[in-house]
Amino acid sequence: MTDIGTTIDSRPEAPSTAALFRGFLMLGLTGFGGVLPLARHMLVEERRWLSAAEFTELLGLCQFLPGGNIINLSVAVGLRFRGIPGALAAIVGLIAAPTAIVLALGMIYTRYRTEPHVVHMFAGLAAAAAGLLVSMAVKLALPLRRKPLGIAIAVIVLAAIALLHLPLVPTMLVMAPVSIFVTLKAGA
Amino acid sequence: MNQTLISLSLIFTQLSLVAFGGGNTTLPEMHRQVVDVHHWMTGADFAALYALAQAAPGPNMMVVPLIGWNVAGWAGMLVTTLAIFGPSSILTIAALGLWTRFRDRPWRKAVQAGLVPISVGLVVSSAVIITRTVDHEWIFLAITAASAVAALRLKVHPLWLLAAGGAIGWTGFGQ
Repeated sequence: MTDIGTTIDSRPEAPSTAALFRGFLMLGLTGFGGVLPLARHMLVEERRWLSAAEFTELLGLCQFLPGGNIINLSVAVGLRFRGIPGALAAIVGLIAAPTAIVLALGMIYTRYRTEPHVVHMFAGLAAAAAGLLVSMAVKLALPLRRKPLGIAIAVIVLAAIALLHLPLVPTMLVMAPVSIFVTLKAGA
Repeated sequence: MNQTLISLSLIFTQLSLVAFGGGNTTLPEMHRQVVDVHHWMTGADFAALYALAQAAPGPNMMVVPLIGWNVAGWAGMLVTTLAIFGPSSILTIAALGLWTRFRDRPWRKAVQAGLVPISVGLVVSSAVIITRTVDHEWIFLAITAASAVAALRLKVHPLWLLAAGGAIGWTGFGQ
C-alpha cells in the first residue's frame, strides 16, 4: 500500500478478457427487469472501466444500432479493451447465466404444462409480464406526446404491425426513411 | 441441417439486423413467424415463454434461445442464439470506429431521432399483441392492468409483480 503517485480518480488498468467475462456474467445474473441501470453502475462506478461520458457515448451507439442495447454494449466494451476476444468474452458472459435460467424455467413449463395449477400460474405470470410490457410501451411513448408527426408515424407502424400483421422488414424499409426524412424536415 | 433449423436461423438473423430500439421491438415479427407462419407453437405458449424470459434475469432478448429450444431442442437453441446475437454484434464491432468519426454530423442525430417513433410503434405493437393473446379472461386483464399501473406508479421490483401475477393465477380464481 503506497499513496505515492496514486490519485483518487485514477482508472484501474484495462480489464483482462477473464475480468470482462466475470463482470458481464455478474451483470447477467443480477439484472432482473432491466439491466441498463446496473450496467452503468458496474461499468462507471464499481469497476470504473468507463467514465460517465464514455458510457453515455457508447450507449448512444448501441441504441442506434439494431440488437439489444446491453448486448451491443457488452460487445463494444469488450472490443474496446481486448479486441474480438474481449467482445466474445463479454457477450458470452452476459448471456450465459440468463440462458441457463431461462432454459430451466422452460423445462419446468413443458414438463408440468398439463397440471391445472401450473397452467393457471403461468397464465397469471404471462398476464403480469404483459402488464410490464404495457408499462414500458407507455414510458417510451410519453416523450412523443408533444410531437404530432412522431405520434403519426408510431400509429402507422402500430396499425401495420398489430392490426394488419404486415411483416417487419418491409414495414421498416418504408417507414424508417419516411420517419428520418420527416424528422430532418421538422428539425430544419 | 434440417429445414426447421434453417428457417429458425433465417428468421432470427433477419430480426437481429432490424431490431432497432432493442429486443421488444421484434416481438410482433417473432410472434407472426413462430405462431402464424410456421405454426411451431400456439399464441398462448408464445406468451408463456415470453413471461418466463421476463421472470429470468438478463437482457430482454432471452426469449429467443427459449423459443429455439422449444421448437428444435438444443440445436434450435444454439442456432437461434447465434442468429439473434451474431449479426448485430458484428455490426456493432464494425460500427464502433465509424461512430466516433461521425459523432457531430447533423444527419447522425436525424437518423437517431427518426428511429424513435418507429421503436415506439413497435413496442406498443408488442404490448397489444401479447396482451391480446394473454387476456382472454377478465382476471388476466385485471392482472395486466394492475401490473402495468404498479410498474408505472410505484417503485416495485418487476419480479414482485410477476410473482404476484403467478400467485393469483395459481389459485385459479376467475379462470
